[in-house]
Order: sequence, then C-alpha cells, then structure tokens
Amino acid sequence: MAISTKEVEYLALLARIQLTPQELERFAGQMDEILAYVEKLKTARTEGVSPTSHVLELSNVFREDKVEPSLPTEKVLANAPDREGPFFKVPQIIDPAG
Amino acid sequence: MTEELIRKIESLDPKLHAFAWFDPAFAREQAKGLEKGGISKGPLWGIPVLVKDNICVEGVPTTCASKILKGFRPPYDATAVEKLKKAGAILLGMANMDEFAFGSSCEYSCYGPTRNPWDPTRVPGGSSGGSAAAVAAGLTALALGSDTGGSIRQPAAFCGVVGMKPTYGRVSRYGLIAFASSLDQIGPIARTVEEIALLLQGIAGFDPRDSTSGNLPVPDYQKELEKPVKGLRLGVPKEYFVDGLDPEVKKGIDAALAEFRRLGMSVTEVSLPHTEYAIPTYYVIATAEASSNLARFDGVQYGHRSSQGKSLLEMYTQTREEGFGPEAKRRIILGTFVLSSGYYEAYYGRALKVRTLIKKDFDRVFGSVDCLVTPTSPTPAFPLGEKMEDPLTMYLSDIHTISVNLAGVPALSVPCGFTQGGLPIGMQLIAKPFAEETLLKAAYAYQQATGWHKRQPPS
Repeated sequence: MAISTKEVEYLALLARIQLTPQELERFAGQMDEILAYVEKLKTARTEGVSPTSHVLELSNVFREDKVEPSLPTEKVLANAPDREGPFFKVPQIIDPAG
Repeated sequence: MTEELIRKIESLDPKLHAFAWFDPAFAREQAKGLEKGGISKGPLWGIPVLVKDNICVEGVPTTCASKILKGFRPPYDATAVEKLKKAGAILLGMANMDEFAFGSSCEYSCYGPTRNPWDPTRVPGGSSGGSAAAVAAGLTALALGSDTGGSIRQPAAFCGVVGMKPTYGRVSRYGLIAFASSLDQIGPIARTVEEIALLLQGIAGFDPRDSTSGNLPVPDYQKELEKPVKGLRLGVPKEYFVDGLDPEVKKGIDAALAEFRRLGMSVTEVSLPHTEYAIPTYYVIATAEASSNLARFDGVQYGHRSSQGKSLLEMYTQTREEGFGPEAKRRIILGTFVLSSGYYEAYYGRALKVRTLIKKDFDRVFGSVDCLVTPTSPTPAFPLGEKMEDPLTMYLSDIHTISVNLAGVPALSVPCGFTQGGLPIGMQLIAKPFAEETLLKAAYAYQQATGWHKRQPPS
C-alpha cells in the first residue's frame, strides 16, 4: 500500500510530533518500503490461532493492598522542566477566547 | 585498580566513544565507600560494571542516548542496579547506545556513534554497542545491556565478547526505560562465560516491582557452569542457514559444531518453519509497543521541553519533534500506524497471532533438543554509515536474533572465530525458558576448548 505524506502528517499528529516537510516526504517513502515487507504476514496461516501479547503465562498479578513508601515530592519534581509549588507546570490548556 | 581503569578510559574512549557519561569522581567515590567497609566481600565486590544508558542509576544522567532525556537524573535505581550496588560492584558510568535502543549499529545516538574496537571504520553493533565495545577494549570488566531484538547478542558478536539475553522475566525490568515491554530484557556482557554467569547471578531473580518478573528460584550458575556437557542434544535450525549468510560466518559455525561433537554433544538438523515471519512480526509488535511507551516523553515531568509551543498541544508536538532522532520518529509513526483503527487487525492483531506460531516452533523443537546453535548475525560488523539511510536493510540484519525475543526464550552469543580481515564472528546458543544454565555450560565448555576469547583487539 502507498502511504501519502498527508497520511504521515495525520499519524504524526496522533503521535504528537510536528514533522518537517522533508521528514514527511522521507518517512512516507520509507514506510511504503517497510509496509511492503510487512505484507508478508498476510501469507501466514493464522486461522484458529490465538494471539500472544505476552510470553509468560501470567494474568492479573496482584499485590497486597498495603501502602508502600513512595518517592518524596521534591525528588519527583527535581527533573521537571517547569513547576509551580508542588505541581508540574504546563502551558495554558483552556483557551480564554473560547 | 580503579585509578588504572580511569586512566585507560580517559586515554582510549575519546576515540572509541563507548561511554555516554563518565565522571571519574563517581567511580572514585564508590571505591572509597568500599574501602571503608560495610559491604561483605562477595564475588562482585570491587568489580567495575558499565551500565547501558537506558537503565536508571539514581542521580546519574540516564538518557537513552536521546536529546529528549538530556539532563535527566533518575530519582531511583533500577532493580538490577540496586542489586549490583548492594553486591559492592563499582558502577563506572553509562554506555552509549542507539537512541531508545532503536537500532543495530549504535549510530542512532545523540552523542554520535561508538566505534568497533577491532576496526574503527566499522560499527560495534547495537543497540548495546557502547557496552560491548567497552568490554572488548578492556575499559570495563562487565557491562549491562538490554535486548529487545538482539541488542545484547549482536553487538557482543560484532565486538568479539560474550552477551546473554536471559529469559523474559528472569531479570527485573524495573528501572529499565521501556522500548517494547513484552520483549525487553536486561542482560550481561563480558569477555568470558564465567563472568557472564557471575553478573547474571548478581541481577537475576524475582522482583515484585516488575509484574512480569518470573517467580522461580535462581540456580547457582557458577556451579552449573562446570556440569558435564556430554550427551547434550544440539539442534541446528535449517532456516538460519540461508541466502545472505556470510560464508566466513558459516565456516565459523561449522567449525564450532565440529568442536561440540568432539566434546560429546550430538548435533541434529531441526526446523523453525515460521522464521521467515520473524522480522515483519517483530517490527509490527515492537513499534506498536514503542509508540505507546514513548508517549510519556511529552515535556511535562522530565527531560526536554520546547520553548516554542504556545498551547499545550504545540508544546507536545514541538518538544517531541526537537527531542527525538530520526529512527525514534520513524518507529513511533510506524507503531501509531499499525495500532490505528482500520489497520489494527491487519497488522497488530495478525502479528500477535504469528507470534504464537513462532513461539510454538520453539516449544516443539525443545521437545527433542536441549539447545539450538545458530549464527548471531548473518555478517560480521559492517562499515559505519552503510545502512543509516536504509532502515529496512538495517532491520533485516536482525534476522537471527529477533525470534528469540518474540518467543521469550534465553540466548547467548559467544565468539567462535575471526574473518580473514580480523573481525570477530559470533555464535548464538538458544535454550528453553529459564534454562540459562544450559547455555552457560555449553558455552563454557566451548570456550575452554577453543580460547577465541583470549584474543584482544589492537590497541
């Protein structure tokens, strides 16, 4: 299948990356090539085969409902690009113009 | 010992570039701490260990060789690191890698590529290229790597050292910055099989902080090493010896098989019929998981934040555009595609089913053999720059290592010779889940009989 730059742009928005026009162009071509190769999967006989998302036969790993010590706030915030008091600070979310 | 090593790193690493971060004060401080006492003298006491740049060390820059994590200092230790500290190991610094472990050459690093100690015009392999190159060049005794599709074994092969990907669940992933959570595993890199056993012993075991950790006892690997190998049944999967396999690599493996026979092991041909699907299956599952795991790098809690974005959305999209390198972007986009509605079933859903078929291939062969023998990589180390602009060719070079991660089984790469041009050749041994000791004793017997590991790169 052929992937257009428009489609790559849409995927990039879903993935929250602002790609440059050159990147859109390059990735569209490279994705075509990779997906053409991945097409091979369609020839595998998978009727009646159940999916494996995980190799260990584990499900619902629970722990005791007990409070464990957690990291102090200052340590958690130490790497924050921006903060205000005990909070992470981000650019404005709600547009005042509505 | 520490001072001597520091001098060696300072003189050799500017050319090799195996370290992503090195501060002699950090190593000295630990050495001093050990001299003061308090940590009982176990087998790892005072032993230098280099840590791959995606395994968290508290307070030390841990960046996955990505601009998006520049300056990040984790507030806690990975479980593997915590165990090494408690055992008295000296953490030397952080090893260079492909950004977020996306790559097979160590060229996709924001710090620039690491070089192969055997030939500086060639790649050390990847993604744990810094770890393998440093061990080969004698800049550390031991190193931790991580392996999602061959990222420990292939660089070990390219650099002429030993590297093991343990069974999925054998070593805790807590504190390993996730690439593909169902495939990732931390493992040891060293010059000899004994050292691999030593480091594996130090990091293996159940950890309640990793919900996919295997709750099984850990054997005494040093004891297991020396157990007899006579009668061990080896299988050679015919699908791993096809077009594209370098004739010198094939020759190295054939000679090793003859050696195994001399040591009293049997060798038979077996089949893993779904091998041809391994690469497409892997690149769907691994990119899908990567695209979700890397959503956390958004400029809010840690790492780089763009100064460009006015709104929150712009801040996200600019931060990620500036912070991620080309291969990370490519994989995130590809992963987003295979998970997007309309394509999910055809790609991701189907890949999960084919993964079952690949895993069943292994379950079946391990009914009749104890260990598989294959090349680790179809070629020896390739020249720097050769595959950089051609992602598919780079992906295809992982053909021999990828199925192991999809099936979750343990595997080890051990040097088995050199090309005429003097490049190391690696042999991969694969065993059933939680049978690391089988790999260790077969590789140990081989190493005792051959001595390839005694060769050192030109310095």
